[in-house]
Amino acid sequence: MKRYYFDHNATTPVSPEVFQAMAPVMTEVYGNASSIHHFGQTARQKLDEARRHVAALLGAAPEEIVFTSGGTEADNLAILGAAREGHVITAAVEHPAVLGSVAQCAHSTIVPVDGNGLADPDDIRRALRPDTKLISVMHANNETGTIQRIEEIARIAAEAGVPFHSDGVQAAAKIPVDVHALGVMTYSITAHKFYGPKGAGALFVRKGTPLAPILFGGHHERDRRPGTENVPGAVGLGRAAQWVAEHGTAEGPRLECLRNRLEEAVLRSIPDVHINGAGSPRIPNTSNLRFDGIESEPLLIALDLRGFAVSSGSACSSGASAPSHVLKAIGLTREQARSSLRISLGRSNDESQVDALVGALADSVAHLRRIAPHPTTPAYA
Amino acid sequence: MPDLPIAVAMSGGVDSSVVAGMLHARGERVIGLTMQLWNQRRLPELQGERSTGRCCSLDDVYDARYVAQRLGIPYYVVNFEDRFEEQVVKPFIGEYLAGRTPIPCTLCNNFIKFDQFLEMAEGVGAERMATGHYAQVRWNPDSGRWEMLRSMDRAKDQTYFLFGLTQGQLARTLFPLGGMEKAQVRDLARELAIPTAEKPDSQEICFVPNGDYAAFIDAYFREQGISQEETKGELVTSDGRVVGEHSGVHRFTVGQRRGLRFAAGEPLYVIATEPAARRVIIGRHDDLLRKKMRVKDVNWISISAPIAPMRAEVKIRNKHVGAVAAIIPTIDPARFEVQFDQPQRAVTPGQGAVFYSGDLVLGGGWIE
Repeated sequence: MKRYYFDHNATTPVSPEVFQAMAPVMTEVYGNASSIHHFGQTARQKLDEARRHVAALLGAAPEEIVFTSGGTEADNLAILGAAREGHVITAAVEHPAVLGSVAQCAHSTIVPVDGNGLADPDDIRRALRPDTKLISVMHANNETGTIQRIEEIARIAAEAGVPFHSDGVQAAAKIPVDVHALGVMTYSITAHKFYGPKGAGALFVRKGTPLAPILFGGHHERDRRPGTENVPGAVGLGRAAQWVAEHGTAEGPRLECLRNRLEEAVLRSIPDVHINGAGSPRIPNTSNLRFDGIESEPLLIALDLRGFAVSSGSACSSGASAPSHVLKAIGLTREQARSSLRISLGRSNDESQVDALVGALADSVAHLRRIAPHPTTPAYA
Repeated sequence: MPDLPIAVAMSGGVDSSVVAGMLHARGERVIGLTMQLWNQRRLPELQGERSTGRCCSLDDVYDARYVAQRLGIPYYVVNFEDRFEEQVVKPFIGEYLAGRTPIPCTLCNNFIKFDQFLEMAEGVGAERMATGHYAQVRWNPDSGRWEMLRSMDRAKDQTYFLFGLTQGQLARTLFPLGGMEKAQVRDLARELAIPTAEKPDSQEICFVPNGDYAAFIDAYFREQGISQEETKGELVTSDGRVVGEHSGVHRFTVGQRRGLRFAAGEPLYVIATEPAARRVIIGRHDDLLRKKMRVKDVNWISISAPIAPMRAEVKIRNKHVGAVAAIIPTIDPARFEVQFDQPQRAVTPGQGAVFYSGDLVLGGGWIE
């Protein structure tokens, strides 16, 4: 059976050029980048080169890049390193890596979002307190693709003299990112969302931003992140960032065209469908669809059995679908949230794949709607 | 349509694993589905050393997934937590508080496994489902009905819990273990190299740790922030004398001896509970004997509903050996009166009453 991958917000394959860049760093340039000898120096050279590519992706200086084990660690470092004892303001639709870190801080305010998933900058302004140590609002949402008003929030943060972190895991490499234009103090990214390896991420830390480490044991990464540098991972992240620089911004509009083709075809061929978050600016590859009257769980499985990989938001530890806090936050009922499906496009997808997906969706949705719920025996008194 | 897959309800135990293995070996297209029914991280005060290995623990999901990987079949965990809480856990608690003794496994079979799980199976494109239950199903062309029979391994027979199955459900359900002995199932598990071949059988109510349902109910109310109505009250003898106090009506079920904390010459048993008056009625062994009972919501399986009195063997709890009785229709077509030839001990409201003729499961309902 031919399989098609439509879950690029979960992760992406490592691209051939990234793989090629990483392979020799595991077998030949294997030195510890902190070692003084030749082996260490060649590894250090690779690490520094990678740091320059990552910096370029974000419009930052190389010394502003701290390599981490991924997005979750970058978020933890940005939040706990800045505000563990203080008050943090964040939004209801954040990734669990942010919400979980904020929950570890002494005080927090979680601002709501509107029906399209947008946080109101005025809500953030109103939530400011004298002890507010950090504002953390994601750049783009992983489920709906909603792009937040980062510049506006950054202005509010600057006026209040409060550092501003943004989780850019789903935005980086999908839309142009310039951390200085955005006005953020810290910004999280991870390689595997844009064709780099898993286990490699980075936190942009603007020069002069105070940040306490959350791990202890060494002087690596300017005392911000101890531990022997993951040079292959960093090189993979760097090469993935470099690809974006080489190919400019052509991929974004291509994916947006595909996404529009998908949504137009779905709306045309399937009745009673809604696009969650369609009323806000979105990253170009993400579509969150809601099918009235059916549950996305069997839909996802039926599609997978036909070779189409999509997602229904988050999963719990057993691997079962869990109700999405993002969709609840944008005002959907539990039932509506459970009838939503996320499709996230990427490099491997083309028009014929999208058309095939729409066909399979139409079939499966019709099948699920045809199955009347089985007559249930009277409720147990 | 032989090409349509069969969905196997995989719990991670040896029985359902063997079902998946057998059907796969037979060349069927098999999909493994595990129902996530209850979040074991809830009610942490109930968690102890023995908190693993129960239903829906991550260990069980791991086992089921491992079996599916070994077989090379598609496998998914499906989330039934909301439905399970609404249709099994809450009614389970409600029954206890109403002074009855519920069977959550039957509720789960009626409302989850053979209803919504079957719907899920159909939704993902399967035509039929298979489970590891010990029961047999066959088509009777003369009566035009699906019949259910006790399993070959009488010690493992689970038909007592399956009396709610409708003809439509039976038509789409396979019980591949019904004709096998448990020892054969374990042998087959080893033969098929199923990793859970030596896993011990599960015994207790899957979501209630250590069988302590009263502690579960208390913990559930605390979690929900519901202040439980006071259920403490008087212990009363069958002739009306108040002889002491008890710690809560829901802690007692008919036939119980444990927890009756006062000295008496001969063993005393719970005869009945009266939740409204918060009274527990106690008496001697003979006071437990009942000649007749009423059974409601009766579902007929192997025969159509009788319109005249008939005789059958009746089981009033899973471990009951069965007793011969007359089953008499009432004005309500789903309600029957059962008159035993010999009085039966501890006829317990809330339990199932299942009617048999030899190995044939005629039907069953709930004791009122």
